[in-house]
Amino acid sequence: MSYQLDYLDQLEAESIHIFREVAGQFERPALLFSGGKDSIVLVHLALKAFRPGKFPFPLVHIDTGHNFPEALEFRDKLAKKLGEKLIVRNVGDTIKEKGLTEPKGKFASRNALQTYTLLDTIQEFEFDACIGGARRDEEKARAKERIFSVRDDFGQWDPKMQRPELWNIYNGKIHKGENVRVFPISNWTELDIWNYIKRENIELPSIYFSHEREVLEYQEQLIAVSSFIQLEPQDRIVTKSVRYRTVGDMTCTAAVASEAHTLDDIIHEIIATNTSERGQTRIDDRVSEAAMEDRKKNGYF
Amino acid sequence: MDILRFITAGSVDDGKSTLIGRLLYDSKNILVDQLDALERSSRNRGDGSVDLALLTDGLRAEREQGITIDVAYKYFSTDKRKFIIADAPGHIQYTRNMITGASNSELIIILVDARNGVVEQTRRHSIIASLLHLPNVVVAINKMDLVDYSQERYTEIIQDYEEVAAALELQNVTYIPISALDGDNIVDASTHMDWYKGKTLLNLLETVEVNRHTDLEHARFPVQLVIRPQTPEFPDYRGYAGKVTSGVFRKGDNIIVYPSGIEGTVKAVEINNKEAEAIFAPQSAVIHLNEDIDISRGDTIAKKDDTLRLGQDIDALVCWMDEKPLTIGKRYLLQHNSKTVPAIVKEIKYRLDVNTLDQQENPGKAGLNEIVAVYIKTASPLAYDAYNDLRSNGGAILIDDTSYVTVGAVLFQ
Repeated sequence: MSYQLDYLDQLEAESIHIFREVAGQFERPALLFSGGKDSIVLVHLALKAFRPGKFPFPLVHIDTGHNFPEALEFRDKLAKKLGEKLIVRNVGDTIKEKGLTEPKGKFASRNALQTYTLLDTIQEFEFDACIGGARRDEEKARAKERIFSVRDDFGQWDPKMQRPELWNIYNGKIHKGENVRVFPISNWTELDIWNYIKRENIELPSIYFSHEREVLEYQEQLIAVSSFIQLEPQDRIVTKSVRYRTVGDMTCTAAVASEAHTLDDIIHEIIATNTSERGQTRIDDRVSEAAMEDRKKNGYF
Repeated sequence: MDILRFITAGSVDDGKSTLIGRLLYDSKNILVDQLDALERSSRNRGDGSVDLALLTDGLRAEREQGITIDVAYKYFSTDKRKFIIADAPGHIQYTRNMITGASNSELIIILVDARNGVVEQTRRHSIIASLLHLPNVVVAINKMDLVDYSQERYTEIIQDYEEVAAALELQNVTYIPISALDGDNIVDASTHMDWYKGKTLLNLLETVEVNRHTDLEHARFPVQLVIRPQTPEFPDYRGYAGKVTSGVFRKGDNIIVYPSGIEGTVKAVEINNKEAEAIFAPQSAVIHLNEDIDISRGDTIAKKDDTLRLGQDIDALVCWMDEKPLTIGKRYLLQHNSKTVPAIVKEIKYRLDVNTLDQQENPGKAGLNEIVAVYIKTASPLAYDAYNDLRSNGGAILIDDTSYVTVGAVLFQ
């Protein structure tokens, strides 16, 4: 018998170990679930970590109200199939309750407002750990974040005060009011995620595959036409074969032109592409070079 | 395809970030938009050419000051291997960051400036490689363009370094003459150094053996949690979930549970909710035992061998990572795999000079970035190995009992 592990098996083993550390170290953890591919992979890994037992945490979705209907439908179906608890909290409610100002503009995104709802939800359920699907290859600030990332009462990330993280020992000790963001797939890349989805035959929302959609062509990006964006007479609206490479809000996630109907097609496309995931599809990261770093410092994921 | 985790040691002046940028760039792992961003920030800084070093500097303060503060992780792959780079700063005030990056690495690239040769910093990085028992060392002699690609200079540096390597008993040392700035011998063979017949850096990284360093002999399984669904479907299921940190377990094996010392036999081993023929390092798995033994998180299931130690009076090397000094008699928490116990440092025997390896007896305390030999007393027994016998069961961290910050890296002796 061979005692060698393929790279996907190595990544999987590391992620399962992290999940079980969360279960062992925290009293009230939660898994932040968006309906996107990375959080779907998290759920798949959690099954491997805890079945035949139940998940030691609920799935929590911070719903901006601007999500793709396909992703929401998938979310509900998956939670039901697994028999796991799903908690949904709406950014729209927070805006009303707290009198927050709705962002304005053509692609008014509630992305930054998510942080308010997230912090309220953490407080409401007294979550001490929130598991998320962020990966270090996504963005420069994320490349420096720990797998167990301690946040203060305001959810803030202080990059200069991070705890050293050695071997595979994760220090999850915190004071009351603090919480830890845990990133079990930190060491996976976009391509690793797709290869794993294919190998494990993991089901995804349909919008990840090529489909016909009405889109607005805007500064070389393709934005889905929806009631959440403001259209103007001069806008160029076309119907195209597109798919989504990432799934965020309809207001700030761009589609890519694609004829990829299968996982193999998608993997080929990703290998051939010359643009990064966030660069191609996230409007919110283009604002400044340190956009993500700033949002994280303010309590974002 | 497998994974190689490596660390690059060196300072900005040695061209470390440039080297990483070059590896990513020449192996076509940098995408157009990232390159655009790079060109934009290079322009903003007014340097004229594209500065590959900017690729690895993630935080605003780092970009502004042109330094690396923290460990950044970078990923790239070729059709042979997936690589995870721990990019750590090299100056002495960042020793703790380097140790953090090295703790998970199987290989270290030590950068030497061809003009300066083996200097104090080279020795320090080599000492850290030796302390953390990294199985592979690559000495990349950089800036060969600035010494006219001289083979003589290259050979001279090798001779100097061989003395360091011998004194530290470093294993598998390889030398490569490079120019990170121009890309010589990084991905493509240099056209300036026909006299060098060895591999390029990427080629070496793709082919260096890593799996043989996985210890399959000493079986250790720290238990992270007990899975007990107690559902109608699984009324009697009781599985010990954890990670095989070394060795192999299979059905029928005789095991010992530590620290209790109770013996048992393996009823079944599981991977991914299915029974498996064997489980081995570094798999996450579930073990079932035939006997009804009281086992919980923090216990270790192991097979009997001579290297495992059980005790609460422990000799160790500690790298101190906190601004507040290590204090004798103060209560800390020691976390070793899935077990956390109160611990007191009873004695600091000597401080190790990381530049010379000299030992200074009875230093009284240890400050940030210092490495000291200590005697630790833990509140309950630990099942551990000496770090040099078994890396995966020989390391631990010290946590401040009140701030909960990770303050020390512990290597059991």
